Parts: sequence; C-alpha cells; structure tokens
Amino acid sequence: MTDPTRLTIAEALALLDRRELSAVELAEAHLRAMAGARALNAYITETPDRALAMARASDARRARGEAGPLEGIPLAIKDMFCTEGVLSTAASHILDGFVPTYESTVTANLWRDGAVMLGKTNLDEFAMGSSTVTSYYRPTVNPWRRRDDPDAELVPGGSSGGSAAAVAAHLAPGATGTDTGGSIRQPASFCGIVGLKPTYGRCSRWGIIAFASSLDQAGPFARTVRDTALLLGSMAGFDPKDSTCVDMAVPDFAAALTGDVRGLRVGIPREYRLEGMPEEIGRLWAQGADWLRAAGAETVDISLPHTKYALPTYYVVAPAEASSNLARYDGVRYGLRVPGHNLAEMYENTRGDGFGAEVRRRIMIGTYVLSAGYYDAYYLKAQKMRTLIKRDFDAAFEACDVVLTPTAPSGAFRIGEKTNDPVTMYLNDVFTVTTNLAGLPGISVPAGLDAAGLPLGLQLIGRPFDEETLLRVAGVVEEAAGFKDMKSYNCC
Amino acid sequence: MALDTATVRRIARLARIRIDDDQLEPMAAELGQILAWVEQLQEVDTADVPPMTGVAVQKLRRRADAITDGNAPDKVLANAPETAGGFYVVPKVVE
Repeated sequence: MTDPTRLTIAEALALLDRRELSAVELAEAHLRAMAGARALNAYITETPDRALAMARASDARRARGEAGPLEGIPLAIKDMFCTEGVLSTAASHILDGFVPTYESTVTANLWRDGAVMLGKTNLDEFAMGSSTVTSYYRPTVNPWRRRDDPDAELVPGGSSGGSAAAVAAHLAPGATGTDTGGSIRQPASFCGIVGLKPTYGRCSRWGIIAFASSLDQAGPFARTVRDTALLLGSMAGFDPKDSTCVDMAVPDFAAALTGDVRGLRVGIPREYRLEGMPEEIGRLWAQGADWLRAAGAETVDISLPHTKYALPTYYVVAPAEASSNLARYDGVRYGLRVPGHNLAEMYENTRGDGFGAEVRRRIMIGTYVLSAGYYDAYYLKAQKMRTLIKRDFDAAFEACDVVLTPTAPSGAFRIGEKTNDPVTMYLNDVFTVTTNLAGLPGISVPAGLDAAGLPLGLQLIGRPFDEETLLRVAGVVEEAAGFKDMKSYNCC
Repeated sequence: MALDTATVRRIARLARIRIDDDQLEPMAAELGQILAWVEQLQEVDTADVPPMTGVAVQKLRRRADAITDGNAPDKVLANAPETAGGFYVVPKVVE
C-alpha cells in the first residue's frame, strides 16, 4: 500500500470509506513523518496523544455509519487558533503557557466534521510577517531548496509558514491558516501548495487570536484545489459569536470544480506589472492567461488604479487595529508576567519583554497613528483609501468575473534576508493585500518554478462570496500547470 | 517624516511598552522610515471619499439582551499568572 502521507484528502477519504485505511493508520503515518522532519520546525506543538484519540474516535464513528465530511483526515492547525486544552501561542513569548479553556469556531467545525488534530504550526509572531522568521519559537524552514544552492535554508513565507511547510513536506494533508495581508496565499506560493483566503465574513473569527479585526480571515491550505474546497466547506459557516460572520448557506465548494471556464472573463490588472519584478514571474502570469484562454475563457485588460497605495494603507490600518487588539496582553489575565514596582511598570516590563521587535514596532506605529492630532492624517486617510481600493474592484468586476495576478513578487528567499529593512519585507504582500482591504476572496495555485527551481503561485481574486468561481478557475490553472508532476528533486 | 526620541518615549508610554534608552534612537529611525513611506497616501485627494470602516455588507445583527454564558470563574482565571480567592492579583495600586 502507498505511503499514507502521499495521499490527497480526497484520496484518503475514498480509502477510509472503503475501509482500506483507518484514521489511526493515517494519523500514525503523519505523526511519524512529523517526528522525522523536526528540522523544518513546522510545528510549535505536536499533539500525538490527542491525534490518536481523535483518530480512534473517528474510526468508531465511521464504523457506526456516522462519518462526517472530513472523517479521519488529520490536519495541522496554525497556532493562531485557540484550541481547548492545548497550548496556543501566536508564536509569542507573551502567551507563554496559555492553554485556552475554549475552542475556536473554525477548528470546532473541523472536529465536528471528523477531522483529527496533528498539532499547532509555527508562524510569524501574532501573524505579523511574511517569512515565519519573527516567531519566538525560531524560524520554520521551507522544504524546498534552491537547485544552485541546496544548503541554503529558505523561508516558507508567512505568516502561516508552519502550516504551508507542513503541507508541502507531507507532514499533514491540509492545514488552517489566517490571512490579514497575504499570510495564506504568499506562503502557499513559496511552498508550492494551494492556499485560499475566503471572503471576509465567510469563516468565523471567534477564538482566533486577533491581529487586525477588519482584515483577518481564516482559510485552508492543501496540495490540491479539490482538497482546499473540501476543507473550506467545513471551516466556513455562520457563527452568532462573530458579529461580522455572514449568515448565508455554505455551498458544496468541491461541486464547483467543473473544469468549465468557457465564456468566463478573466481580468488582467495592468497595475500589477511591477518594475524590477523577476521576468519569470511576468512570464508565468502570461502563461496563466494563455492556459485560461485555451480553456475557453476570455482575458480582459483591467485597471486597479489605487494598487500602489494598498500597502501603505494596510500599514496604517493593520497596526492601528493591532495596537488596540494587543492591548489585552497586560500580564494580568494570561501568559507572561514580568514584575515591576507598580502596575504601570509591570505592564511595561511584561509587554517590553513579551513582544518581539516587529510586534513592538507595529504596536508603536498603531499607537502613533491613532494618537491625538494624528488620527485624521493617518487612520481616517487610510480608511478613505480603502474605499477607493474597494471601488477599483467594484468597477473591475463590471468588466470581468475573476482577476488573475501573480501571488508574490518573488520566490522563497533565504532565512535572514530582507530582515534589516521592514519596508522591504512588507513588499512581499504587494499583490495580496488589496483583497484584504476590499474583503474579497483570493486563492494561490502553484503554477511553475523559478530559475532556481522554487515554486511560484498565481493568484485569483473573486467577487465577494464567489469562492466557487475562484475554485473552478483555480482547478483549470492547476490542471494546465501540471505542477504536481513538476516537483520532486528539491522538495521532500 | 522624522520622529524625535521624546515622541518615541511618549508613544511607548501610551502603548505601555518598556523601551530602553539605547533603543530610542533606532526605534525613532525605524518608525520614521515607515511613516515616510506611508506619507505617499497624501498624494491622493480623498476630500469627498467616505471612510470604509468595515467590509461587511450586512447591517449588524441585533440579538436579545440576555445572558447566554458565564458563571465560569475557574475557566476565566485558569491562565492568570497570579490569583487569590477568585480574583486576579496585580501589584498594589493604592499605597
């Protein structure tokens, strides 16, 4: 029998259904793979006992004829989701020892549908980053290596880098992530897997450690578009505990994968052609448009004129919301406490020691732009820019049904690169951040390799709550790219 | 735009983050660099543009003003660094 870690979720479900594989065997195979790949540092916490207990319970449910849609599928969970009874860190020193007494809605939905938890994956501290290098628990290593420099350790992207690396290295067939400015799609691109950020409001944010509440959204990672659709179907759904979670039916996302894009209008935004972008990314983008035309879609040139202002807008809105959300870490209710002579000093010592450099920097920026005298110049201005960016997309979606762009302006870079200048690191999200500001769904599909043999993704952006079109088009790109046949040599 | 160290000290105080004196200058430079980059937003005329405060298309839901949760002091206190008699313990505030 094939190694169970090589199976897709859809394949594993079929084998489980035919009783040719048990949930326990599937979990054990992944736990073994995890133990053998600790050098990647993909997981902060492995939960083997819980995984096996959940897998046994899953096999029992299946035997009783009560199998859920993800019955027996083991998953990796970004350590941004609160999991009851399991250390939840946001990769921050300040959450030392925090064991939630409740379960996030998204993970509860996955367990309701039969999934099994393998562990909690690494990330940039509080999901603030594009490299998984700012984690208090050390960086995660991308399983891919450069052909010309196989010893160099590369970043998996971020912030959901542990989840992306785990799925790419077959340490889990699927994983959860969160995406505030590109934190699912950029690591998916860097690791050669599929990652989807749903429409804002599609998945509940309840029980997810808050970073920037008007931008944060949970989403799935998997190695195929179909698996991604299966995971999204379980993660999504109305939750009265999140006032921004939308009360609408969850479609059968996998049923959207018809392979038929005839007549569909694919928008190519001219502002996404960046100066200095590697030529191979431009080529891959053109190739993606060719694939879709060959499948019967029509490509149309569109304009998103405020694109260049999206990142600076984001770096006002996200830090402002973060400075407010992270005010709760005060050394009183959970996590780290560093003593001081009085209450104020205890707060300052706790937060000074507990937050890493990038988190401190963003809280400071957020505090500054919200402070008296600066609010209108920065925060109000950024909110108005958001309106303009949203209007760009509204106008574009008059002329097209889906937008095609590169996911990231480069492939994976070395651990330690781009760390001395914060703005250079921020540019990683130049193509992904617009959808967060506008609340739109986006997906990254692995489409090719760069000159060094590293994966590159293409991004599709859809209308609000039209993840079905996104998945349908992504399926056609996936099929045309034949990416799974391309990998091998460099990765796992 | 340049930030002076007095401003950094004031912001750090507002944010309740201890910053050592030798870190004030580097922090001023980093924040100044980010704010200078953000400055490009001023190129855009937004005089007649309404601010976008959220992306949700729906109106906020109303719900009954009823207690649906609670009465779990042990769970609430479970992660506190220090507790006593069902309360959080903090350094003395009033002498």
